[in-house]
Amino acid sequence: MAIKIVKNFFKRIFSGIFQNKKEVKLGFYGPPNAGKTSLANRICKDFTGEEIGSVSKIPHETREVQFKEKVEIEYKGKSLTFKMVDTPGIATKVDYEDFLKYKVNKKDAKIRAKEATQGIIESIRWLDDMDMVVVVLDATENPYNQVNITLIGNIVARKIPILIVANKSDLRKANVKKIEEAFPEYTVIGMSAKYGKNLEEFYEEVFKLSKKSK
Amino acid sequence: MVKKIQKQKRINGFAIRFMPYSEIKNLNSTQRIKKVLEIVFENYILILQGRLKPEEETRLIEDTMAMIGHVKNFKGIELAVISSDDKTSTIDRLRNRIAISLSGGDLGAVTIIGPASVVKEIKRDPKKIELMLNK
Ligand SMILES: Nc1nc2c(ncn2[C@@H]2O[C@H](COP(=O)(O)OP(=O)(O)O)[C@@H](O)[C@H]2O)c(=O)[nH]1
Ligand SMILES: [Mg+2]
Repeated sequence: MAIKIVKNFFKRIFSGIFQNKKEVKLGFYGPPNAGKTSLANRICKDFTGEEIGSVSKIPHETREVQFKEKVEIEYKGKSLTFKMVDTPGIATKVDYEDFLKYKVNKKDAKIRAKEATQGIIESIRWLDDMDMVVVVLDATENPYNQVNITLIGNIVARKIPILIVANKSDLRKANVKKIEEAFPEYTVIGMSAKYGKNLEEFYEEVFKLSKKSK
Repeated sequence: MVKKIQKQKRINGFAIRFMPYSEIKNLNSTQRIKKVLEIVFENYILILQGRLKPEEETRLIEDTMAMIGHVKNFKGIELAVISSDDKTSTIDRLRNRIAISLSGGDLGAVTIIGPASVVKEIKRDPKKIELMLNK
């Protein structure tokens, strides 16, 4: 009995000390162009001064999983260390012709498409490694999209804590409520990665959720 | 006259295949996805009774991506699952889930899978579902 108490006591002290050392692997997932990299960049920039990757209006800009380790986020006097994992957007189709309208030449469009398909496979493979996932959705788009539903279903089936971001809330067409209605079982945060709107609530939820992660 | 027929043929250039759940019930995940994709490669729109497991859905996306560039004119798929639990209460939903995880399937659900070259978009909201085809 006494031994158990002592043991627990040390466990608490040590986990307290090492809490900052243990990285929480935080994945940014979602369809292409929703603003995953924009959001990950903003967080990384705020706490490390460096960005994680490049942002573009052309879909599938991120075609490889990219990460930044030891990102220490401080919020309201608490601090947690994250491994930020920005992933290529998940889609069920990739057509190189879609890139042509962005003035990408045919050869580069084909390369981009090929890399995008590989990136999608890589994203899905990384899912098992995550401690926590932020699903970034574009609030101006219809949330009842099978990719969103499949992705969220998989995260839940793998028992990974999940947070939904309804991004681009700065745009007039944005409908955060529609996303809340589509996924009533999960926390949805309306925000703008581009303008840094509502980051406070985002950090609040991330810290709350980190308690649930393994 | 000939012209007219050709035009009509182009508009009607798709076919639908229905598959009862019993056809995939006893297959493992690999066989199921292979079967589904083979039908899609033949340019059919597949209407499958029931649904795949969550990990089979992501597997389907992975295998789809792996096949783009390897199967001629294949650009991916359009996919939609119309589930029976969309309308039901949380408790019913939970009960459904447990039943589904035991039996696999969810026979109240319908899965629509089509080649992206044929199906442009599956538009959906909680109340309706629309299949938009490529011209
Ligand atoms: N208006 C607006 N645009 C955004 C926001 N976040 C991202 N974007 C834009 O959306 C496009 C895709 O962003 P990106 O971060 O590359 O998306 P990703 O593919 O999900 O990584 C870019 O043109 C961004 O500038 C936002 O909060 N508001
Ligand atoms: Mg990106």
